[in-house]
Amino acid sequence: MTLLRTIWSVGLQTLFTKELLRFWKVAVQTVLAPMLTAVLYLLVFSHVLEGRLDIFPGVGYTAFLIPGLIMMSVLQNAFANSSSSLIQSKITGNLVFILLTPLAHWEFFAAYVAASMVRGLVVGLGLLLTTLWFADLQYAAPGWIVVFAVLGSAILGTIGLIAGLWAEKFDQIAAFQNFIVMPATFLSGVFYSVQTLPPFWRTVSHLNPFFYMVDGFRHGFFGVSDVPLELSLGVCLVTLAVSVAIALRLLASGYRLRY
Amino acid sequence: MATNPGAAAIEVASLVKRYATFTALDEISLRVEPGEFFGLLGPNGAGKTTLISIVAGLVRATSGRALVMGHDVERDFRAARAALGVVPQELVFDPFFTVREILRLQSGYYGLRDNDAWIDEVLQGLGLSDKANTNMRALSGGMKRRVLIAQALVHRPPVIILDEPTAGVDVELRQTLWQFIRSLNQQGHTIVLTTHYLEEAQTLCGRIALLRGGRVIALEATSSLLQRFAGGRLQLRLDGSLPPELEALRVNPASSAELITLRVDDYAEVESMLAAIRVWGSRILEIELMQPDLEDVFLRLVAQEAKP
Repeated sequence: MTLLRTIWSVGLQTLFTKELLRFWKVAVQTVLAPMLTAVLYLLVFSHVLEGRLDIFPGVGYTAFLIPGLIMMSVLQNAFANSSSSLIQSKITGNLVFILLTPLAHWEFFAAYVAASMVRGLVVGLGLLLTTLWFADLQYAAPGWIVVFAVLGSAILGTIGLIAGLWAEKFDQIAAFQNFIVMPATFLSGVFYSVQTLPPFWRTVSHLNPFFYMVDGFRHGFFGVSDVPLELSLGVCLVTLAVSVAIALRLLASGYRLRY
Repeated sequence: MATNPGAAAIEVASLVKRYATFTALDEISLRVEPGEFFGLLGPNGAGKTTLISIVAGLVRATSGRALVMGHDVERDFRAARAALGVVPQELVFDPFFTVREILRLQSGYYGLRDNDAWIDEVLQGLGLSDKANTNMRALSGGMKRRVLIAQALVHRPPVIILDEPTAGVDVELRQTLWQFIRSLNQQGHTIVLTTHYLEEAQTLCGRIALLRGGRVIALEATSSLLQRFAGGRLQLRLDGSLPPELEALRVNPASSAELITLRVDDYAEVESMLAAIRVWGSRILEIELMQPDLEDVFLRLVAQEAKP
């Protein structure tokens, strides 16, 4: 209990709350807008491709697409939250109010990443509820749905934090998002199964950690996946461990925060 | 919060900060005692903000150490930062929140829940009570400046650093702020002030450190600094010209013939200066002996240091 109180300190809780309020106060932009974008993808792609592709046996294209779109939204919004919050605070200068406080680097990390996970998961859950009208989804292994959603949001929240630390201008964050996060999510099998790709591109896809997040998440719905579930879980855990280690190291050293 | 008995409010020892080839702080050592109103003065680029930033943990020293109430700002950063309130120079704010939300969050970062009673007191002291529920974006520059001070005070720190707190602030607000800061000092808070308004430092600070080029060039009580370094000024109106031997002491340009200001390094010289004027044949129409001020000290010290 004492240990929990030490870790889940008032300072950490406050920074976490502040980060939640920061996106919740502009929820139209941070929650509703990404949900609308994902629904538009769903409408367009499902209208064009429903009945033309049979990826998993007995699973229609719209049903196949929905988990991918949900995971894509979870990942992109988790990234956007920590990266945009940090770069905004750095550029406007109000980050000083956090740097002056007794918060340790790991508390800073935990608050930013946890709030990013909440945003990613709120957008994902909202999208899941919205898409219930479009297709009858299966929930073969709900536990894995939760595990991969949590892992994916934690990984991208952490990568967003790293990007926010590294960037000194808004366009550097935009470049990170547009040239790394966006291509990696689009090429992760959100819209298709990598089994349908030529061997070369299938191999390339297998080098993309985002593919394992989407594949493991989709396994939770349909009980089938492109690669074994254990492999997806392992890749996600290793990616999380590496990104967390990098973020904590950067924060502890004061990288681009404490000069 | 545990405070080391006998510890200085702020102590820095052999502090060095280098950025590539530029040395911002060069072996600075000084000690600010608890309860002091201490001034940190110097021209732009002297190293004042770097020194403050190291004490606040915003910048890491290349070598040397800094302590707040006896707590090392690196190794014992939680206690050091909890003992310190900093009002930054730039007018920065978080546009997402109201004044009260900002102060509640700031309290929480320091581990304080249910801090509203003190927040109300601070708001009242700074004349912000009617702005408590106003978004930061809607405040004027002066009001934002007050909120910055409130943020530095929410955790009742024993040591408060104000980095140019009255820059760009109107006269009335400046007076209000100083009244409030002075009352904090009277309650026992240590105040460290950097300012470009030398008359402010002269009025408020009991002791002053003058920085130039990253080094301390003077560190002593304001009164003794004024006595030691600053002579007075003799202002005269003559019906004739100034004797040539006094021209070297003239402070204002020779073209301003009406009113002549002479530098007086030692008050004993005044007698001989007046005698020289009489001998020269000029009559004195008006005379005023002006007291030294910190600006003279500042300019003379900086000029002295600049000499090779």
